[in-house]
Amino acid sequence: MSIENIYWLILLIPFIGFLINGILFSIFFKNYSKISGFVTVTSVFISFVLSIFSLINFNDKGVQLLDSFDWLMIGDVGIKTGFLIDPLTSMMLIVVTGVSLMIQIYSIGYMASDKGYSRYFSFMALFTFSMLGLVLSKNLIHLFIFWELVGVSSYLLIGFWFKKNSAVVAAKKAFLMTRVGDFGLMVGILFIFSKGQQYLDIPTLYKGVSSGEFQGSGLLIMCILLFLGAVGKSAQFPLHSWLPDAMEGPTPVSALLHSATMVTAGVFLIGRLFPLFESSSEIMVIIAIIGGFTAVFAATMGVVSDDIKRVLAYSTISQLGYMVLALGSGFYAAAFFHLFTHAWFKALLFLSAGSVSHATGTFNMKFMGGLRKHMPITYVLTLLGALSLIGIFPFSGFWSKDEILGHIYLQNSPISMVLFILASLGVFLTALYMTRVIMLTFHGSYKGGISSENSSNSKSEDNDHPTEPHESPGIMLFPMIILGFLSVVIGFLVNPLIDLGFVSKHAFSHFLEHNLFFDDPKEFHFVFEVAIISTILAILGIVSAILVFKGKLNIKNNFVYKILINKYYFDEFYENLIVKKFFYNKIGSLLSWIDENIVDKSNAKISDFTIYLSKKMSNVQNGHLQSYGFVFFMALTVLMIVFFISNLNTGDSWLDLINKLNSEIY
Amino acid sequence: MNLETVLILSGIIFTIGLYGSLTKKNSIVVVMCLELMFNAVAIAVIGFSRFRPPQVLVDSDVLSPLNVLSGHMMAVFVIAIGAAEVALALALIISIYKIKGNIELTGLNNLKN
Repeated sequence: MSIENIYWLILLIPFIGFLINGILFSIFFKNYSKISGFVTVTSVFISFVLSIFSLINFNDKGVQLLDSFDWLMIGDVGIKTGFLIDPLTSMMLIVVTGVSLMIQIYSIGYMASDKGYSRYFSFMALFTFSMLGLVLSKNLIHLFIFWELVGVSSYLLIGFWFKKNSAVVAAKKAFLMTRVGDFGLMVGILFIFSKGQQYLDIPTLYKGVSSGEFQGSGLLIMCILLFLGAVGKSAQFPLHSWLPDAMEGPTPVSALLHSATMVTAGVFLIGRLFPLFESSSEIMVIIAIIGGFTAVFAATMGVVSDDIKRVLAYSTISQLGYMVLALGSGFYAAAFFHLFTHAWFKALLFLSAGSVSHATGTFNMKFMGGLRKHMPITYVLTLLGALSLIGIFPFSGFWSKDEILGHIYLQNSPISMVLFILASLGVFLTALYMTRVIMLTFHGSYKGGISSENSSNSKSEDNDHPTEPHESPGIMLFPMIILGFLSVVIGFLVNPLIDLGFVSKHAFSHFLEHNLFFDDPKEFHFVFEVAIISTILAILGIVSAILVFKGKLNIKNNFVYKILINKYYFDEFYENLIVKKFFYNKIGSLLSWIDENIVDKSNAKISDFTIYLSKKMSNVQNGHLQSYGFVFFMALTVLMIVFFISNLNTGDSWLDLINKLNSEIY
Repeated sequence: MNLETVLILSGIIFTIGLYGSLTKKNSIVVVMCLELMFNAVAIAVIGFSRFRPPQVLVDSDVLSPLNVLSGHMMAVFVIAIGAAEVALALALIISIYKIKGNIELTGLNNLKN
């Protein structure tokens, strides 16, 4: 089997899984068949194994450009299908298929009693397929197609429980808000196209950038447009507000959405077009500032939210902010190292949240508590994930986050100092909200789960006797344990400080930089003082969260809390001011005025005029032979007169004219 | 007396007939006008035959009846056909009068609606 076929298989096998589930099972089993879970798991598993195989193969061959055949050729202009296999793609393949595989296994248990079981698995397979296509694309047009496919499948999955109104609203919101960014991306791609159609091919684009084809004032606009796409997909400020709402989907969907697919697509896009961004220093500063700001901004909202999944969603936005910050500061390898470790532990945290809600029936942390005794395995695993996210030595998040922090610290410029302070503040806040989640969920005493939430909402008397929460089934715990193991060790294992023998020093970073556009190998440092600073900040965050939980510090009911719980009023801003006031009232009324006064009225005028004309015309056709004869004769007379006048000066006698007329008629 | 005067006379009579047949309501007047047009044509035909230029002779003998009388024969046909047509038209008008009580052409639109 040639190498090219492997990549085709990696891409297409999840798609086949989607077709089997989506077409066969939905027709023959009415969307519920136990087999469909195994179909998707198997297809993703095969892709995962092949991805590992391709990674091993990659080290022998280096960057590969596989052109298969022409697609959409119009004359000389056209698009070539193909795969661009560089270290970034190889890494993303592992992340996407690996995390997806774990989540699919988990879903078999989590979704077991859902009516849309087959539908769910078909969408999940489609989601995985789209993301794989995105990372494999060699051509910007293909990248865009798969980018949109990711958007569509996320829409389908967020709105999976389409009978629930909030899910439908959230799905629409996610779709439309990312669409704002997608539009930017599309215009950016067209911008690149306008510079020359060969630049749609990504390796050619790299060459064009290095030979200085992309310069001048257009470059900044082009980069901003492309970055807008990444902002939308990766939920950076100011297009962040769809992501917390996307929690309305099933929990494994959130896990997949937030760790390996969808949100990483934006970061991936920046990485894919990194040479282009890097050639403009202004856009790099913009990217870094937006990333750093988002990292803190989202974390502050995470501190006050009561919904466990929303806290995790804010933390995702915040961590994506770190990645964008790292990319904006030029640390390509550090950003993707963080993406890599983040995928595993964030998936773990979401699956733990799902496991908790499986036991208690709610996501509201106010009604949890004390679950440590009931679900010890979930507790330990959540703790591992949380410590990793906070960045405690030696968990994986520590290594990746400190790589970002250390590089910013070493950069030593005024902007990087600001960014460093932002990033450190983010570390503190991360520790704060994650400890809060752990404390509220697993410590203290159990507060009754879904039944007490219902009774507190409806104030009704028929209080179901609260059932004891129980540990999740093995099929859900198994992937969590694997992810937990990976969260602990993977950060150190793939990118160690020292030579481990089987893994060389900074292997992962060196591997990532071994691509088409980095010529000179860089030095990677581990900055010891930064590690100490961040650890102190993290511990400070943990301690203050414990203090708040124990009631020593009161943060509620002041001004800051109110702003935070209302998410800085961004939803109000977008929905009331922009959507209602601006779109509905101003643009909507303008459009309706145009519709009523110009479109409708011109229609009415045209039809009125036609009716008027036809009434006038019908008078001519009155059925009187006499008037027909009159018209006929008058027309003949007029024609004759015209004929004679036009021949008046030729000097012919009238008899000649009659002969001429005869010869003209016949 | 030449061809022009004959044709002008014929044209005047024909135009009067045409005008009457297109404008009059009374069907008997219309039939009369049709007859006028027939007769104008007959005059024109006789005129053409009388003042025929030599190059369009039918027979090489100038005084042959084929040359001299062909227009007259045509005129006799026209008069005969005109008489037959008048007989037919008058019969129609009489039966229309019996049904409708008048002979106005504008009233004859029963099939229209």
